[in-house]
Amino acid sequence: MSDHTNAPAPVADRPYPPIAWLTTGALGFVVIGGIIMASYSPRVAPLKTATALLVAGAVLLLGAVGLLLRIGEFAWSRFFKVFKWALLAYVIEAGMIEFAFLKDQLRGTSLLIVTLMLVVFATSVPITIAFTTARYADLDED
Amino acid sequence: MTDTAHVSTQGGYEGPPVDRPRIQVVPLKGLPVAAVGLAIVVFAIASNNKWALIFSHVVGGGLWTGIDLFVGLVIGPILGRLSIPARAEFSARFMPKMVLIMPTIVTMNLASGFQIARKLGNLTTGSPNHAWLIASFCVVGGMVVVALGILEPANIAVIHEMNKKVPSGERIHRLMNRFIYTAGMLGVMQVATLVIMTRVASR
Repeated sequence: MSDHTNAPAPVADRPYPPIAWLTTGALGFVVIGGIIMASYSPRVAPLKTATALLVAGAVLLLGAVGLLLRIGEFAWSRFFKVFKWALLAYVIEAGMIEFAFLKDQLRGTSLLIVTLMLVVFATSVPITIAFTTARYADLDED
Repeated sequence: MTDTAHVSTQGGYEGPPVDRPRIQVVPLKGLPVAAVGLAIVVFAIASNNKWALIFSHVVGGGLWTGIDLFVGLVIGPILGRLSIPARAEFSARFMPKMVLIMPTIVTMNLASGFQIARKLGNLTTGSPNHAWLIASFCVVGGMVVVALGILEPANIAVIHEMNKKVPSGERIHRLMNRFIYTAGMLGVMQVATLVIMTRVASR
């Protein structure tokens, strides 16, 4: 490894786009949105603010996915391996939160916004985990 | 070292890789325990049973706060002073357990806590506890972003790095530093949670 000083930098040490920052930012926006929605419960929260936060989160998430898809050389098999299990875990977690809101009679637009926030939550965290893991993986290690 | 990694301390190669078992990222033996924890939360919410809700909230919250404080303020600084191979050896045994324990107890705590707040009327603006609960949401929100956005990905990346034939000590060091600092932050934030929750409970 270190003997080959003229060899290209290992994949793990190459610079990558700020994908984890974007997905964490997306998580931050929907967490703030969730706090606003929860703090108004059982009344209806100001939906414009919550929607704006949801859109901001979704834009960051889509931006992260866009940047991710543009990476050429990447440990994709490691990425998808980690992503699918993390997704399963966070879909279960998001499902439990959704269950609690349904149990609390949340309906209509508020429920739709919460559900979409949970979708952003349940996808942004697995992408962050899978990207962080795959960026340090060797291309041939799987 | 027997079953842990042969770590290259500067990211370079130090010798032939040691034949060692792979670290399980998620300890499968712990899954039934996590499932029981989650089943308790589902039962508590579905039945709206006050005891079940409080049990789930107190068990989840007590463990979450205790573990965060202990890991962030006791284990973290100790880890920071260990050699890289020692950190790696500790992480190989410690991180997989955290991957399973933390999401389970956090879910137990938060899901039941929200239901209790609703049931006791603490979420209504007229409640003297309303402002404290909003403060608690903000603290928890901060912890969620730090834990899920920074700490947990670093944990899992460390485990995967350890499973390589020759793990990079420099990379483990970098990822472990992330763990140590964020765990410290979470520990400090848990102090705020303790203040808020004892305040709410004593009103």
